Amino acid sequence: MDMTRNNASKGKERGIFQNPFDAAPTGPDETPLTADGTALESRGLHLYYGETHALKGIDLGMPARRITALIGPSGCGKSTYLRCFNRMNDMIEGVRVEGKVIVEGADVYRPDVDLELLRKRVGMVFQKSNPFPMSIRENISFGPRMTGVRGRGKIDEIVERSLRQADLWEEVRDRLDHSALDLSGGQQQRLCIARALANEPDILLLDEPASALDPISTAKIEETLLQLKKLYTIIIVTHNLQQAARIADLTAFFMLGEVVEVDDTTTMFTNPSEAITEEYITGRFG
Amino acid sequence: MQRQFEVELEEIKVTILSMAGLVEKALDDAAGALGTLDKELAESVIAMDEEIDQCEVEIDRLATEFIARHQPTATDLRFVIVAIKLGPELERIADNAVNIAERVLNMSKYPLLKPVIDLPRMLGLAHAMVSDAVAAYVARDAVAAREVIRRDDEVDALYLQVFRELLGLMCEDPNAVSRAIDLILVARFAERIADQATNISEEVVYLVEAKPIRHVNLPEEE
Repeated sequence: MDMTRNNASKGKERGIFQNPFDAAPTGPDETPLTADGTALESRGLHLYYGETHALKGIDLGMPARRITALIGPSGCGKSTYLRCFNRMNDMIEGVRVEGKVIVEGADVYRPDVDLELLRKRVGMVFQKSNPFPMSIRENISFGPRMTGVRGRGKIDEIVERSLRQADLWEEVRDRLDHSALDLSGGQQQRLCIARALANEPDILLLDEPASALDPISTAKIEETLLQLKKLYTIIIVTHNLQQAARIADLTAFFMLGEVVEVDDTTTMFTNPSEAITEEYITGRFG
Repeated sequence: MQRQFEVELEEIKVTILSMAGLVEKALDDAAGALGTLDKELAESVIAMDEEIDQCEVEIDRLATEFIARHQPTATDLRFVIVAIKLGPELERIADNAVNIAERVLNMSKYPLLKPVIDLPRMLGLAHAMVSDAVAAYVARDAVAAREVIRRDDEVDALYLQVFRELLGLMCEDPNAVSRAIDLILVARFAERIADQATNISEEVVYLVEAKPIRHVNLPEEE
């Protein structure tokens, strides 16, 4: 798998604000970081769907170039929380957000945030793979074209790099112009990961990316994520606790809109601090 | 309705407890055989070893299938890991009961070198440690488990005392050597049983506190 990252265009457009002077500080390989290596953070984050108080003061930091898993029973707010980081919740009517959501040191709810840039930097992959009804090549090149990348050579380079990183290149290199809809479910999901990577994000948000896949495809996605974390900060919402145990460095347990416990994954799955976490991960409720 | 998960956990626990019951019976009978040089009782200890061995195999089977089926986490995970470790410890305690029984069979062929007083006492202490370690496991009581671990020193001290005494006898009378060796071996087996009770207790502390405490004091002991 090609784990090099095209840095040619890095250094430009680093910030998510319209004012370039607000660009976030960058780490040694130009990955923007806060001082302690936290890539994503929320402070006192409350989110309301109309009258429903869905997130109740979440304080959480997620380290750069690690996999953080968000676990918890259905309706606990973990997907809602995930969607705060690229402001996907904005699209839902009646949503109100209080507190801070910080991506690489920058508050994403500041009024002058360029949402297109934010979503380029914070890529997202959903539970159900959603390839565009286009060719494999066009699926990957769509994002870069939208943000102004031109030239066949440049586009081909992005297509190959992204597909390699998503561990799909060898399987599709001879049929890049075939419809993406002809791919298997697992391949479609890896295509969606490649499509997110084509935008050269720093962060990947994954909302149950393997829940509709067979065990072999799931294992491939997990292997891909373990490779990708060398370059990207990954946050994954999963109902598959063993998946969290297998791939995540850090796990946060959500319940009723609150973070009950967050710890390194090994501790979380061998000796959680809270009784309620133990009950959830041992399958006694949820 | 009890969940299948709980039913299977309970089955592992019950198998460990019935194995522990058999092991304690073996220890009782070995001590009885030693006190009276009762050959029949000694032979019954040897005969029941097969059943105890099968318990160990059964615990391994149950625990392996449980992990494969349920991928346990947290306390459940530690419970199953500890079950897999307790099987061999209990099995080795039974082996040491057999070893003692075999020495008793040998000792019964010759006149006793000296009255056996310290040895049944040592064996009694070791046996009590095994009982208390198993009770601590059932109650998930780390305090009781640590108390068992502390008692190991007492058995070690008794072993040294018996060893020195018998060494003295052997030096005085070369004809006593083979009979003294039987007694030293019995003391050694009793001392090992106490060590195995200690191992069980350490696993109980791990089960309750998720902290491995094995080998932590080794450097100081050296």
